[in-house]
Amino acid sequence: MKINVLAFGIAREILGGPQRQITLPEGATVADLRRLLETEAPGLKRLRSWAVAVNSEYAENALALQPGDEIAVIPPVSGG
Amino acid sequence: MSTTDTKINTSVGQADFFSLSEQKRYARHFALPGFGQEGQARLKSGSALVIGAGGLGCPALLYLAAAGVGRIGIVDGDRVEESNLQRQVLFTTGDLGKPKAEAAKCRIEALNPHIQVEAFDRVLNSENALDLIRDYDVIVDGSDNFPTRYLVNDACVILEKNLVYGAISAFEGQVAVFNWLMETGERSPNYRDLFPEPPEPGAVQNCEEGGVLGVLPGIIGSMQANEALKILSGYEAPLHSRLFIMDAATLRTMTLKFKKQYFDPIEKLIDYEGFCGVPLPGSDKITQMAPETFKSLMNAEAACFLVDVREPEEHDQGNLGGINIPLGVIREQAHLIPSDQPVVVYCQSGRRSRHAILQLQGMGFKNLLNLSGGMDGQL
Repeated sequence: MKINVLAFGIAREILGGPQRQITLPEGATVADLRRLLETEAPGLKRLRSWAVAVNSEYAENALALQPGDEIAVIPPVSGG
Repeated sequence: MSTTDTKINTSVGQADFFSLSEQKRYARHFALPGFGQEGQARLKSGSALVIGAGGLGCPALLYLAAAGVGRIGIVDGDRVEESNLQRQVLFTTGDLGKPKAEAAKCRIEALNPHIQVEAFDRVLNSENALDLIRDYDVIVDGSDNFPTRYLVNDACVILEKNLVYGAISAFEGQVAVFNWLMETGERSPNYRDLFPEPPEPGAVQNCEEGGVLGVLPGIIGSMQANEALKILSGYEAPLHSRLFIMDAATLRTMTLKFKKQYFDPIEKLIDYEGFCGVPLPGSDKITQMAPETFKSLMNAEAACFLVDVREPEEHDQGNLGGINIPLGVIREQAHLIPSDQPVVVYCQSGRRSRHAILQLQGMGFKNLLNLSGGMDGQL
């Protein structure tokens, strides 16, 4: 299934833009999504903690993704 | 407060009377349904500590003071710099060089003489955080670095304080309220439930490195003030268990729900500089070596172990000698560094070497010197 990922903050630079389309097998979970993104964009690993939101809710790794889910990658921000 | 002001009674008790001058000042709050004199009285008997009088702290302080929060504390160890004035709206050109905490205190006291303001011209650290935070009802985090963010978070968890978080970078800002006492009797999730571990040093740019849109902290800091005022006066439940994200360029916003997911106990403060691998601003425990000292040491051909923490390509293009261990693998290759003689660590500017020393100090090294200014600073 094709999934659209929105990127916030520094994740935009790491993923190469505010949106990125990725392809995952049916039944893939958030853990699979994290693995794929970290392989395609290794810079994500340097963030150590980055949040995945699925349909505006913080998603745990076991959550199974559905086609059409709205996914966002949210990195930590420190500025003040 | 003028002694000739008449006092009026409110239903919340003797201590919350308003002088005539206060009644005039807060008339629009009194008229506001759901706020009224009772909400205003709760603000007056409440207190807030703002950590960082920077981009976020300035607007937050302005609105907390204007709204009439009875006691406001300001913690900041910095001085006002010219590059601050593009967004730190409490300060004027005439404040350049002054301690921020003091300058901010002056400004908001002038705005509202009915409130009490305390300035703490110091860097928040693990030694002073609990004592400072203990004294306030609501904590507003406007700090600008990861060690302080984890420190403030953990201190607020330990002391069960409401924490209004805000953070900015470039065009984007985040807001959330942590540790809110929910109807279930539990405290709402905190920063570690969102980001359990800090990023690698240098992986996320701060405002100095990546820039920041001047008006963005105005928006985000004002939202933090709104959340603090909700908590203190009670006109609505604050933004707990949710993270608000906004892009000021596109006005795209998102509110992300989140739950408790970090279950390690947070019972005491730790070494946040070691945890994040970066120093708290102004509280450097790193011994610097001046370029002059280094030069005379080299001229005397004194026995001195050198470590270059730049990338191999940079090392090959020119170096001061010694071994090359890039910052990224400093922990893995720390066994190559002796611990029984002075070791000078260097890089291009002195910045990466500081990060390297912090990480190595966290592993127990006590014999490291940072070459001030790095390669660029050589005479």
